[in-house]
Amino acid sequence: MQVVAFGQLAEITGKDFHVEAGDTDDLSAQLETKYAGLKNARYVIAVNKKIVSSNTPLTSNDIVALLPPFSGG
Amino acid sequence: MEATDPYERYARQVLLPGLGTEGQQKLAAARVLVVGAGGLGNPVTQYLAGAGVGKIGVADGDKIALSNLHRQPLFTTAEIGKSKAIIATQKITAINPLVACTAYEYPVSNQNALSLFEDYDLIVDCTDNFTARYTINDACYLLQKPLVFAAVFQYEGQLAVFNMPGNRTNYRDLFPEPPSQASVPDCNIAGVLGVLPGLLGIMQATETIKIITGIGEVLAGKLLNYDIRTHNSTVFEIAPSDRSGFYMPADRSAYEKMDYQWLCGEYEAIALDKQAFDQFLADPSALAIDVREVGETPYPAFPHLSMPMSGLDRFEDNNGYKNLIVFCQSGTRSAKAAGILQRRFGSSSNVYHLSGGLTAYYSQDHGEKS
Repeated sequence: MQVVAFGQLAEITGKDFHVEAGDTDDLSAQLETKYAGLKNARYVIAVNKKIVSSNTPLTSNDIVALLPPFSGG
Repeated sequence: MEATDPYERYARQVLLPGLGTEGQQKLAAARVLVVGAGGLGNPVTQYLAGAGVGKIGVADGDKIALSNLHRQPLFTTAEIGKSKAIIATQKITAINPLVACTAYEYPVSNQNALSLFEDYDLIVDCTDNFTARYTINDACYLLQKPLVFAAVFQYEGQLAVFNMPGNRTNYRDLFPEPPSQASVPDCNIAGVLGVLPGLLGIMQATETIKIITGIGEVLAGKLLNYDIRTHNSTVFEIAPSDRSGFYMPADRSAYEKMDYQWLCGEYEAIALDKQAFDQFLADPSALAIDVREVGETPYPAFPHLSMPMSGLDRFEDNNGYKNLIVFCQSGTRSAKAAGILQRRFGSSSNVYHLSGGLTAYYSQDHGEKS
């Protein structure tokens, strides 16, 4: 599936990339193994523009977004 | 034409289908509090005053600084050092004398938010740190006031409307627990192009006017991400999260007792590696403090005070030590304890903690020997 990273997360993973994962927990685990910086970063996952708060199954056609908190103003 | 003639002043927006004199009356009756008069708050107050929002409060404890001027166009070079809240209210009163403006020259905290917010129908969060953002979010939730949220990072902004009647989704549904401020760079560290908070602030003013007049569809239960590099904007749906309720203070009393600065990691102590820790050990101005429980091993060979985490409340005197260096087994408890001690002794001592704890400290020892 396509993964799009927003804000400061794009500096860690790159803006846009492809990964195969069975569900969102699997996706996080894979990414955090590959990008150590992601372990300490806070983010929420959106699957097809819906933010999910628990583990969610993924299919290869899904678009996943990684959204970090912003504080600036 | 008199400058106080509301018909002429608002003529161009009253013409709009969906707004009309009825919408204008709703704006005149509305009371909006803008928290933060910086990059976001400048355009929010300007446009709300222009549109004729009847009562506008501006809360900000900061003074105008030179580095603010590239993104805070209400302020001038001659006003550096003056109160942002005062100057902003003066400027918007000059734009529209029909608006009743009140300046609050102090930062919003959980000690003043509930009483302050009660005088307003709607709150606009234009702050620049997580402590303020969670403080505002939770107060709005407890008081059931709509909250218009925006935040920026470098070239991107987030916009949302929280706690609307019928959709009480709020910031804790996104991020139930605050991230530490140190983990998310603000504009002072990450940089920001002046136009970005300008755009997001205008979007906040837009949502505020939409909520008041009932025009269009507000971003309730949604999070918009806007990227000025591409003009790509994406709207995400936010679902209510069980964890949000778990972390939300249950009532006013719990809210006022919550330490938002601590939750947002403002007291985070500096982590020391082995080399820096050893330097402090050799320094008579430093006191090493073991926050492990009694009996945990290894017992360190260097002089130290045993002050278990469970009894840390009783450690009330730093005995004149200028530097407190806290350690534990893995570095987790020491980080927490150092934060607590930083709050307690921050005015007279510097507080540090050993990164990775004794486990890392002694493993490096072995590494050097082998």
